[in-house]
Amino acid sequence: MDQFTAPALMLRGISKSFGSIKANSNVDLELRHGEILALLGENGSGKTTLMNMVAGIYYPDDGQIFIDGEEVVISSPKDAFKYKIGMIHQHFKLIDLFSAAENIVLGVKDGTRYNIREVNERVRQIADRYGFIIDPTQKIHEMSVSQKQTVEILKVLYRGADILILDEPTAVLTPQETSKLFEVLRKMKADGKSIIIITHKLHEVLAISDRVAVLRKGEHIATVNTAESTESSLTEMMVGKKVTLNIDRAIPENIRRRLVVSSLSGKNEDGMQILDNVSFTAFGGEILGIAGIAGSGQRELLEAIAGIYVPEAGEILYADPGRDGDNDGNGSSDSDLIDLRKKTPMQIRELGVRLSFVPEDRLGMGLVGSMDITDNVMLRSYRNGPFSLLDRNQPRQLAQDIVNDLGVVTPNLQTPVRRLSGGNVQKVLVGREIASAPSLLMAAYPVRGLDINSSYAIYNLLNEQKANGVAVIFVGEDLDVLLALSDRLLVLNSGRVSGILDARQTTKEEVGFLMTKSHDAPDDGSDKKDGGERQ
Amino acid sequence: MLFLDFLINAFAFGITFLYGSTGEIITEKAGHLNLGIPGIMGVGGACGCAALNIMCAAGNLPPWLIVIIGLLAAFAGGALMGLLYSFLTVTLRSNQNVTGLAMTIFGIGLTKYLFYTLAKKPANSETPVIHYLKALDYYRFPFAGQKSSLVYCGIMVFLGIAIAIVASIILTRTRVGLHLRAVGESPATADAAGINVTRYKYVATIIGSGIAALGGLFYIMDYQGSQEAYLSIEAMGWLSVALVIFSLWRPYLSIIGSFVFGALFILASYLPVFGVSVNMATSNLIKTLPYVVTILVLIVTSIINRRENQPPASLGVSYFREDR
Repeated sequence: MDQFTAPALMLRGISKSFGSIKANSNVDLELRHGEILALLGENGSGKTTLMNMVAGIYYPDDGQIFIDGEEVVISSPKDAFKYKIGMIHQHFKLIDLFSAAENIVLGVKDGTRYNIREVNERVRQIADRYGFIIDPTQKIHEMSVSQKQTVEILKVLYRGADILILDEPTAVLTPQETSKLFEVLRKMKADGKSIIIITHKLHEVLAISDRVAVLRKGEHIATVNTAESTESSLTEMMVGKKVTLNIDRAIPENIRRRLVVSSLSGKNEDGMQILDNVSFTAFGGEILGIAGIAGSGQRELLEAIAGIYVPEAGEILYADPGRDGDNDGNGSSDSDLIDLRKKTPMQIRELGVRLSFVPEDRLGMGLVGSMDITDNVMLRSYRNGPFSLLDRNQPRQLAQDIVNDLGVVTPNLQTPVRRLSGGNVQKVLVGREIASAPSLLMAAYPVRGLDINSSYAIYNLLNEQKANGVAVIFVGEDLDVLLALSDRLLVLNSGRVSGILDARQTTKEEVGFLMTKSHDAPDDGSDKKDGGERQ
Repeated sequence: MLFLDFLINAFAFGITFLYGSTGEIITEKAGHLNLGIPGIMGVGGACGCAALNIMCAAGNLPPWLIVIIGLLAAFAGGALMGLLYSFLTVTLRSNQNVTGLAMTIFGIGLTKYLFYTLAKKPANSETPVIHYLKALDYYRFPFAGQKSSLVYCGIMVFLGIAIAIVASIILTRTRVGLHLRAVGESPATADAAGINVTRYKYVATIIGSGIAALGGLFYIMDYQGSQEAYLSIEAMGWLSVALVIFSLWRPYLSIIGSFVFGALFILASYLPVFGVSVNMATSNLIKTLPYVVTILVLIVTSIINRRENQPPASLGVSYFREDR
């Protein structure tokens, strides 16, 4: 009887600290039976940490957890399974080498003899019930991101979870995949499951949830009914103060041709055509936005310009601003252009080309995790100075400036960067690259994982660079930001340029369409209702 | 039949590597690169020999009991080394490469010490070497027979193959194997799935070390049949580690691989018999062939680059749950 009145999950006074940083303090939360609760908050507000405690990944320092009104102790993921709690993490916890079914059955001890054929069959049954399309025998490393997410969801359903926690499930999905996911979630809700969805995206909160719980700086601010909320009321709760949603965009002045890319083509490691005849020109004094679904060739394009990735064909020509000083108007003549493909990455750097960010691997390519902020700043300056001895004072000053200006949260400058949260790592990286006075700045996903305030700090930095005559190439994922920040917008679609648009004129729908339209045979033509009627 | 003799010899010799590599594969599947294998094989051999010696000196024990106790002692010696390695790398999370190399250096030293004390002549009686040789007779019970026939091989040859086959089946066909491979691929994933990562790492490393240690006993007592053989046990250990790569982390391929390694290693000593004269330098060069083919395998698998042929993804990486 208690079961029907008590909430499915209730948290009371949950606190958790990592060292001196408080991730959660005194959080109360309630999830009712058969509802979808959105957990909303800026980055670093402690949403994922809180949910990890429910899933048994972390153990709370303080507080109580109740399931159906009964107090429980969840000290390991195993305990979470016992209480029928399943979490789908943002970074998938799947084993690439295993098939979908092997991943799903991993860790399940139901007393039966291990038989992969029976598992395959059960997975198929569950998939059919909720409308997933999946081949249980397919290996994970052959799957797309949304397929992997399906495996994650099936994994918790296979264990009979009644409470599902999804950590930013739409971050990796296209709009079509997102709407499919939401359909599935509604089916689960109808089936009596209770669901928590962690997200940043306000329109999704409004679209899918019954109630919204807002976290700010590790504290629970409020839980409100979605029907009574608006985007601006939620934003206000989330950030605490009004954030201007307008990015100041100056009209580009005195633009000069800085980079001419023509007919660039290349394959990736798997032999897939990742760049296909890409041509564009980037100008100093403007921001060229690059939009596209993740993996459309953005990474290879930037790395080709930086000299890291070797394309098969095409030209990358660079107009050195140091050599065209008295040459106004359209920049330098063709004879002054430098072919970057003949240069080493080091020579390209010395020309003033800066690649500030590679998303999948911010620690791997940009920073050394075990070194502190000062040392990482020095990675860009250690060649300076007449002697082999290093000057540490200047980098330390610069590191301090980055920490102060961008609001990097760190105990001190001596903390290894791997101990900082993702957003803070990004600030260090972007701050360092901008500090080196580039002439061409390429920033890929520089605000991924950052909260709104830090994102704006980055946008302002990019705009400053633009005003200084730097050619800025900005690869982004949030279309609103791309449209508000860029002067021109290049849309990549499966390695091809599907359009170069005036960012002031175009619409989100147009960009979205160019991003997703298929120029080959579509692999999934069944769900084309949004955007299909255009053209 | 000279060539058959060569093949049987290669086959029997390869069993040393088969034990070592089966043990190491089980360990590596849990994500731990145990470079202590040479030391572990040495210590295992020493413990096994010591037990056999003591059993023989004790008098009228049935041969099968002597054999079993010898095997158990070798396994236990290796397992203890494995326990030490696990404690250092799993619990204290020390660097696996450094720890492994230290285990080898320590293990080889300990092996030499143990054999020295074994061979030492006690004040009151005949030399222990006599027991030692007597043990050898019992030890090959019950299969040892005519040279130049498969029956010549002792029981440990067949035990080694059986262990490799069983390990293969466990790894690919059972829940335990699935979990073990998950731990080696991605301990965080396995942990989130409710698998006790620490326990799997400990058990796999300890059992793996025990199995590798049997290889040490086999090499010294059975294949070489001489206490001097402990001097070359370290080389056998490194070849076992190389065989893991050669057999692409699959115990059943390791059975074939061990034969190839065995053949290549003894090729130098058979060439004169086959009528090809080689000098000392050349013969030593030929003994490097197992390493050469391992490098070739590495080159080929790198070019083909199939995910299935790569080492476990988390090999050599310590796992700490709350690491952010």
